[in-house]
Amino acid sequence: MTGPGLHVAIATRAFRRYSTYRAATLAGIFTNSVFGVIYSYAYLALWDQRPHAGGYDAGDAVTYVWIGQALLMTVAVWGGGTTDDLAERIRNGDVAVDLYRPVGLLGWYLAGDLGRAAYHLLTRGLAPTVIGWLVFHDLFRWPGSPVAAAGAMASIALAVVVSFAMRFLFASTSFWLLDAQGARLLGGVLALFFSGMMLPLVIFPGALRTVALALPWASYLQTPADIWLGQRAGWGLVTGLGLQLLWALVLLGCCQLVLAAATRKVVVQGG
Amino acid sequence: MAERAPWPGGPLADYRAIAGMWVRASLAYRASFWVMTVGGALVTGLDFVGLWLMFHTIDTLGGFTLPEIGLLYGATGLGIGVADLLIGSVERIGVHVRMGTLDTMMVRPVPLLVQVCADRFQLRRLSRIVQALVVFGWAAWSVDWTPSRVLVALMMVVCSSTIFFCLFVVFSCVQFWTSDASEFANAFTYGGNTITQYPLTVFPRELVKSLTFVLPLAFVNWYPCLYLLGRPDPFGLPDWLQLAAPVPALVLVAVTALVWRTGVRHYTSTGS
Repeated sequence: MTGPGLHVAIATRAFRRYSTYRAATLAGIFTNSVFGVIYSYAYLALWDQRPHAGGYDAGDAVTYVWIGQALLMTVAVWGGGTTDDLAERIRNGDVAVDLYRPVGLLGWYLAGDLGRAAYHLLTRGLAPTVIGWLVFHDLFRWPGSPVAAAGAMASIALAVVVSFAMRFLFASTSFWLLDAQGARLLGGVLALFFSGMMLPLVIFPGALRTVALALPWASYLQTPADIWLGQRAGWGLVTGLGLQLLWALVLLGCCQLVLAAATRKVVVQGG
Repeated sequence: MAERAPWPGGPLADYRAIAGMWVRASLAYRASFWVMTVGGALVTGLDFVGLWLMFHTIDTLGGFTLPEIGLLYGATGLGIGVADLLIGSVERIGVHVRMGTLDTMMVRPVPLLVQVCADRFQLRRLSRIVQALVVFGWAAWSVDWTPSRVLVALMMVVCSSTIFFCLFVVFSCVQFWTSDASEFANAFTYGGNTITQYPLTVFPRELVKSLTFVLPLAFVNWYPCLYLLGRPDPFGLPDWLQLAAPVPALVLVAVTALVWRTGVRHYTSTGS
């Protein structure tokens, strides 16, 4: 099996692998929902004071919270996913086997991560969204048009790819540092802050907001949420998706460069 | 857990011995230790950065100023920080069940709970306590300190650590039944920490009541802090609640002992 068929097979197996942890999935949905309720009320208090902060109204703010909880695991904001397997295989040396497989290593792990993300979207993405809609039904907002809905889905897919490439780069530091725990923690901290998970980037003050919106982490949550909410429509939707695509390509390119450098290093070590 | 430790000192000495070993182990990779310690402080500190950024656009949240919220934030952070440092490893019960290591622990002459809690003791979790102390210290300037307020503050730290301690153990016990549901506990431990970082006035009255009378998280910081700040209860609940934290803490200890015993009794090894 070669080509797209192989990668679909990898993604399907990854999907099934994650679907075996049923109790963990249910526990995760419960936890995401509890945090969703807490943040919703906190944001409502904030928007009660400043009704149009960041161009959002209270309904946008509450919906944003639940999109965030839905994407937390799907986009693997904190880290995790197949790149954790990679980091472990670099540490124990098994990656040498991966590097000499007749399949590109980057495509292999990306396919697996997309399978994982699909499972998390259908469970830990969908369920909290529905719960958020049930609990805050007078405030919660579904996408306003088919274009916004399709745009949000495309944006979430790009978010997973950007996040994957970023996690791949942080995991790759294992090639040089051997223990990538510190680098991965740093990656998680940056993602948490600059993705808009901690606070919507649109209410960041001044220049910090401009910078944060341009960085790749904005692809994780802020961009999909803005498309969902209709804050980005028409040309804004195109530029939003375009920036995500650009970051995905640039970061995947960086991954290839890092892999090329790492491959030489592994050969030298093994030789 | 009727077994006795074979040497004097009892469970506390056992705990110190196991924890000490893990501290020496973690310090073997010093650079990694410090990176993780500083990183841990950054992760938890970001919560407060988030609150601070919120205050760029507002003056009060739920009727409370940033220093007042800092007091709430620091107090709950201290409570969960102490509990997490001392017994945070109890979250790994599910791993012990799956790997069969719980069986090994059961035959050792040291109380099971001590072993589970001291296992992989992580000194780097001190960073959360330090970070919470810094915020609490900053916020404490706004308190008009009297001897009785100092006493209540001390009582608050002891009680909130105890309450979080119990929540960690009780909800980790779920893993005796379903070993891969460790995240369930997070809703109550870290979720409890998150909810108490905000003034409870931002939540509906029913939620605050259940945080008082069902899952006593409001005693972690809310009621004692109202006393420290000299504020009347915004929900009009009786003033004596502000001094009542030891009562729910003790009740929770009793419940925790019961749940833990039931969990251990229910445990069946996965071993073949």
